Amino acid sequence: MVMGSSRRIGRILPAGVLLLAGCAAVTLDADLNLTPEMFAQRQMQTRRFDTADEQRILGTCASLLQDTGFTIDESETRLGVLIASKERDATDAAQWAVFIVGAFFGVTLPPDQNQVMKAFVTTRPVGEGGRQVAVRVAFERTVFDTEQRLKRIEPLNDPKMYQGFFEKLSKALFLEAHEF
Amino acid sequence: MNSDGLKRTLLRLIPLMLLVTACATTQDHLLDMSTSQVQLRSIQSRAFDTTDKEKTMRAVIATLQDLGFMLDRADYTLGVVTASKARADSMQMQVYASLRITVTVRPRGEKQLLVRASAEYQRSPVTEAKPYQNFFNSLEKAMFLEAHQVD
Repeated sequence: MVMGSSRRIGRILPAGVLLLAGCAAVTLDADLNLTPEMFAQRQMQTRRFDTADEQRILGTCASLLQDTGFTIDESETRLGVLIASKERDATDAAQWAVFIVGAFFGVTLPPDQNQVMKAFVTTRPVGEGGRQVAVRVAFERTVFDTEQRLKRIEPLNDPKMYQGFFEKLSKALFLEAHEF
Repeated sequence: MNSDGLKRTLLRLIPLMLLVTACATTQDHLLDMSTSQVQLRSIQSRAFDTTDKEKTMRAVIATLQDLGFMLDRADYTLGVVTASKARADSMQMQVYASLRITVTVRPRGEKQLLVRASAEYQRSPVTEAKPYQNFFNSLEKAMFLEAHQVD
């Protein structure tokens, strides 16, 4: 009996240790190096507009973010920078279904509840004599579960989100958005 | 004093001792002095042959955005940019980790700018040379200029 249970612990323990260790989601070795994926990301997040008026673009980005429910956290016009955030419900019906089914089997998988979304916009003059302005936006979100525990911090990589943002920006500016 | 009394006194002393050590470590952390300051400054700094502060700061911000960082603040007048990158995914067993970096840009002599970066990883200062080397390599590409080591 005693032998049996100690053997069982022996089997469970390594799995538990692995669970605790996991791997760090950000490392010093990897996260300060440019990789080809990062350039692909840049492409998806950037558009060019035919105007030399960088301030107007930045101002329009600010009102667009405001229109979509964001709060501006920080801005520096001289450097073409804008940071905004919003807190929203992250309830996912599928996760609740898993949670309820899991509860019958004694497994608790708390579903997502809140999320904080962040937007980071940069603008910069490009092209000959700075006749165009490149706009880049990056979105990320932090998700908490129903017990207010941190579940995920992740970049939002759906190209549709970026297309949607630039379509709206393009309309507000009365200018066409060019792929970078 | 009997031994029970002694035990009780010692037990009362323990929280006090903990308090004293806590104070000491806070003080140590406030003025982290583990690596020689001069050596650390040299690891964290590079000089660029330009006097264009705006262009340099924009390149710093663009590099950080390329690297997937989220900007926390930027101040042109002070020449300061702070950004962080935090990721976690409990479903994929990726433990929360965060990397924070402050970059300052200021004039160095008449013809150069000094860019200094200081990073913090998982609540400790980054004192190894390699991560800074990587950051400046990335920055060089955005600057189209060579980063010079300074002493």
